[in-house]
Amino acid sequence: MSKAALKQETAILQAGEDLGGGVRRLRLRCPGIAATAEPGQFVMLKTGEGCHPLLRRPFSIHGCRPGAGEVEILFKVVGEGTALLAGIQPGATVSMIGPLGNGFTLAAGGTHYLIGGGMGIAPLKFLAATLRRRQPEAAVRVLLGARNKTEIAPLAADFTAMGLTPECATDDGSLGHHGLVTELLAAHRTAGTVYCCGPRPMMRAVAASCAARSMPCQVSMETMMACGIKACLGCTIKSTTTNDKGAPYAHVCQDGPVFAAEVIAW
Amino acid sequence: MVSNMAVDIGGFRLPNPVMSASGTFGYGAEFDAFTDIAALGAVVVKGISLQPRPGNPPPRVRETPCGMLNAIGLENIGVERFISERLPWLRARRCRVVVNILGDSLEEYRQLAARLDKAEGVGAIEVNISCPNVKKGGVAFGTDETMARDLTRAVRDVTAKPLIVKLSPNVTDITAMAAAVEEGGADAVSLINTLIGMAIDVERRRPVLANTFGGLSGPAIKPVALRMVWQVADAVGIPVIGVGGISRWQDAVEFLLAGAVAVQVGTANFVNPAVTAEIIDGIGAYLRTHGMSSIKELIGGAKP
Repeated sequence: MSKAALKQETAILQAGEDLGGGVRRLRLRCPGIAATAEPGQFVMLKTGEGCHPLLRRPFSIHGCRPGAGEVEILFKVVGEGTALLAGIQPGATVSMIGPLGNGFTLAAGGTHYLIGGGMGIAPLKFLAATLRRRQPEAAVRVLLGARNKTEIAPLAADFTAMGLTPECATDDGSLGHHGLVTELLAAHRTAGTVYCCGPRPMMRAVAASCAARSMPCQVSMETMMACGIKACLGCTIKSTTTNDKGAPYAHVCQDGPVFAAEVIAW
Repeated sequence: MVSNMAVDIGGFRLPNPVMSASGTFGYGAEFDAFTDIAALGAVVVKGISLQPRPGNPPPRVRETPCGMLNAIGLENIGVERFISERLPWLRARRCRVVVNILGDSLEEYRQLAARLDKAEGVGAIEVNISCPNVKKGGVAFGTDETMARDLTRAVRDVTAKPLIVKLSPNVTDITAMAAAVEEGGADAVSLINTLIGMAIDVERRRPVLANTFGGLSGPAIKPVALRMVWQVADAVGIPVIGVGGISRWQDAVEFLLAGAVAVQVGTANFVNPAVTAEIIDGIGAYLRTHGMSSIKELIGGAKP
């Protein structure tokens, strides 16, 4: 992320789409941010006017079309902020800061494994699209996990539309493998690079599995954060390495949100 | 008509009364992409200690109604790295810089002030007296009049820079603390620091913050801060800097009307990194609208 690319922009909602189960996808016009966003980076959105909710909410960039000047985000309504955001109508404006943080580092070759769980699938669509464009010949495997078919089917369809063949795992067996997404990865014997985003226990399991196979694994971390711009120092996570203050911490907004899995103290 | 917005805080001259609050503006550079940081009255940087500090374990922050709790734990890079890595950039940008200092002994504060007194580009020193005094059983300097006065005097003895003491609201009578640090030689007081609070996770049945307690900031605390500024402005002869929940120009004007000579904007920077510029413009427009040629006409204007 170059500092010059960082912007506060008034984004305009172009379209909102309900994907079922309280999941919503928004397409926002924000040409400045769309121009430089990379997969794995995030934006901070002010979900409403006034002082409650006070803080912006972080969202990973779900899709990005620099030509159209548009960015997509994907979220599940879980609280007051997301409920407000789900209610905005096309034409409405939202203050957006981005693109923030360090995104995924695209491996130069080999198989790419994109492993997502639940709403953690959000940044993988942008990553898959970028890989398809920059490395059209590369093997891209998409492994998705969620609670059930309702949650996962519309997201899997995004990857199918790119000509990929997503493999799904559901907790209730309603779509694909009845079990965990980590079990899907175990079935793949070809080495490659893993890009992972999802609930912490899932990422921990994927990281452990990759470590056992000596496969490089990048994980996208989430935490409470107040600002997203390295000012509040609130988005701390425990790290296996020490930072410049001699502490075993990393800051998600500054050092991440994408980390090499071995840097995280799971 | 362009109104004169310049203010003087114990010899520290600012082109306008709007500063950042310590701990909400990094070392200034973090906001460079969003606003002209040299346009602020002054940049108050993140609190600095003698040695780098690691800060508290996570979770460190929690949103609350119209506010937030934080227990960052004073994470910072230490004074030497601040001087070598951060100060030159701020100087090159021609920022007026206030360095907020913190320590856990009187001696640590003294050493910090002495070191910064010699540093080029430090406009003023702000002393965070909300830290625990390790030698006095961890009682915060800022909650005991004698300790607060002695600490102020110790810092005063080693620096000629304008000296601001930042007061804690977590006391019975903040005017007594203000009077004590005035007696100790402070050139100004800034208030308020955060109010100590907490939140509990009802599912886990544990405090949300790893530190259990955190400092409450944001619009929720503004009425408390305003009341304390009003009282302290009556109680001391030195300039008062108003801090606490300022997020719009109207808030800043309220503090000035309550007797503050200048203001600091804190948590609002997290929400809108260009908010300080908007507040400066808003105050300017207010002065023009009301035909005031100088901001001095506004200060204390709500007092009978």
